[in-house]
Amino acid sequence: MSFDVEAIRRQFPVLSQRPHGKRLAFLDSGATAQKPQAVIDAVTRFYDRDNSNVHRGVYDLAERATAAFEGARKKVARWIGAEPREVIFTRGTTEGVNLVAQSWGRAHVGAGDEILVTGMEHHSNIVPWQLLAAEKGAKLVVVPVDDSGQVHLADFERLIGPRTRIVAVTQVSNALGTVNPVKEIVALAHARGVPALVDGAQAVPHMKVDVRDLDADFYVFSGHKMFGPTGIGVLYGKARLLEAMPPWQGGGDMILSVSFSGTRFNTIPYKFEAGTPDAAGAVGLGAAIDWLEGLDRSAVEAHERDLLAYATARLSAVPGLRVIGTAPGKAAVISFVMEGVHPHDVGTILDAEGVAVRAGHHCAQPLMERFGVPATVRASMALYNTREDVDQLIQGLGRVREMFP
Amino acid sequence: MSDLTDLYQEVILDHGRKPRNFRPMPDATATAEGLNPLCGDHYQVFLKLDGDRIADVSFQGSGCAISKASASLMSAALKGKTAAEAEDLFQRFHKMVVEGDASQADGLGKLAVLKGVADFPTRVKCASLAWHALHSALRGEVQPATTE
Ligand SMILES: Cc1ncc(COP(=O)(O)O)c(C=O)c1O
Repeated sequence: MSFDVEAIRRQFPVLSQRPHGKRLAFLDSGATAQKPQAVIDAVTRFYDRDNSNVHRGVYDLAERATAAFEGARKKVARWIGAEPREVIFTRGTTEGVNLVAQSWGRAHVGAGDEILVTGMEHHSNIVPWQLLAAEKGAKLVVVPVDDSGQVHLADFERLIGPRTRIVAVTQVSNALGTVNPVKEIVALAHARGVPALVDGAQAVPHMKVDVRDLDADFYVFSGHKMFGPTGIGVLYGKARLLEAMPPWQGGGDMILSVSFSGTRFNTIPYKFEAGTPDAAGAVGLGAAIDWLEGLDRSAVEAHERDLLAYATARLSAVPGLRVIGTAPGKAAVISFVMEGVHPHDVGTILDAEGVAVRAGHHCAQPLMERFGVPATVRASMALYNTREDVDQLIQGLGRVREMFP
Repeated sequence: MSDLTDLYQEVILDHGRKPRNFRPMPDATATAEGLNPLCGDHYQVFLKLDGDRIADVSFQGSGCAISKASASLMSAALKGKTAAEAEDLFQRFHKMVVEGDASQADGLGKLAVLKGVADFPTRVKCASLAWHALHSALRGEVQPATTE
């Protein structure tokens, strides 16, 4: 198989529009990815043909909805190398971290205990732990980030101590693109009997993930960043851990039987899926996986590497521009600042040129503080981006300089 | 969208680059923070009230050209005004920028250059950030003002 980016682009209806009369250069896939027609069609087909509440009805339609929903779970499981019962559908990465912090965390973290995170975490892998720590009298310990935007195994070795209860680390930094050695980090944690949660939100759109190979105890991600719908995400957890964990939210579907003298909870994964789930979202996520599996992985990765190298070279040649995050082997994400211009103003001027980038703190304020900037401009690329998008960005930055000489 | 030059007028660029009254005020009688959780823009507005009159006003912090210029122009416009006049200015400015009521520009003096912001919905919050802080400072509120 080879990789034909124009053929790929034609499958994404959003990309053909012309904002402000300009070609759209969508460079904000790190915030959310666009959806291929196959995903949009799968969601539409579900509502057109298969919609009814899952796990409820005895009629044919209900059976089809349930089969579609559970079929999506199986696809996710196969795709990440898990068992279906280890795949819990959530609203997204954020809900996955909160679920672990509230269910596993409240049962295992006590006064004086430590939760180890890194300085490059997204707020969603910081705040749920802060809430837990505040409730329990525990504290967050932070693995430092170096000037290139990397964390070091030696620091994990140093900081995973007798009071560490869990290590929570992102696989790919959304703000910098750094790819962390999560397999080694998990191994270091395990060597001290500490479980690890990996935030895979930015990893799954770019690389093949095998949770067994990583040996992560928990792995969380969002459908919308990997070309699936919003509103659906996944928490993978090792069956042994999930089975021992108390339920998080209570309600329908998560029970075996309810009586006022006591309620029996359902088995995993249902124990953690209270209420009517986003079945159409799950089906759309399954379609995104099918779509991704139809691509030549290594060709996609080579394409993204080429884009990153090209964009890095071109941006580095822009006077007064500083790239933040220069780790080797990054994902296709580039954060930068321009001397004398606030990222927000850069974003508005680029928008007028049809270039969509993110300008802000990227929900990683501690990381911005680490680099001494209030915000950055971030161009995050996906498999449908081209060198033309990068050229348009560079041209737009020329316009920024004209307005802010 | 209107032209970018409607947004980034010379006066705005100038105030963004060289903000007026951009300094701390150790003897402030009222102060408030303005915080935009979306983009992280962050200002502190200081007031020195002499009775009902704003004897001095300054601000500090970081943010984009629009938020900084708006804070700077606001500080220049407020000096010598009474609290009631400042409140009136706040209401007019809000109508012009948030509701897009261009007719307010007449009564706003130099602040009228920010009229163009109304056509850039993603930047309205930048322009109103310092004003929300002013509003809190005048009311003596403790919670940081946000644009949300
Ligand atoms: C690394 C990382 N973690 C977590 C999240 C949160 O994902 P969601 O908002 O889909 O829950 C994001 C999304 O911005 C992210 O990039």
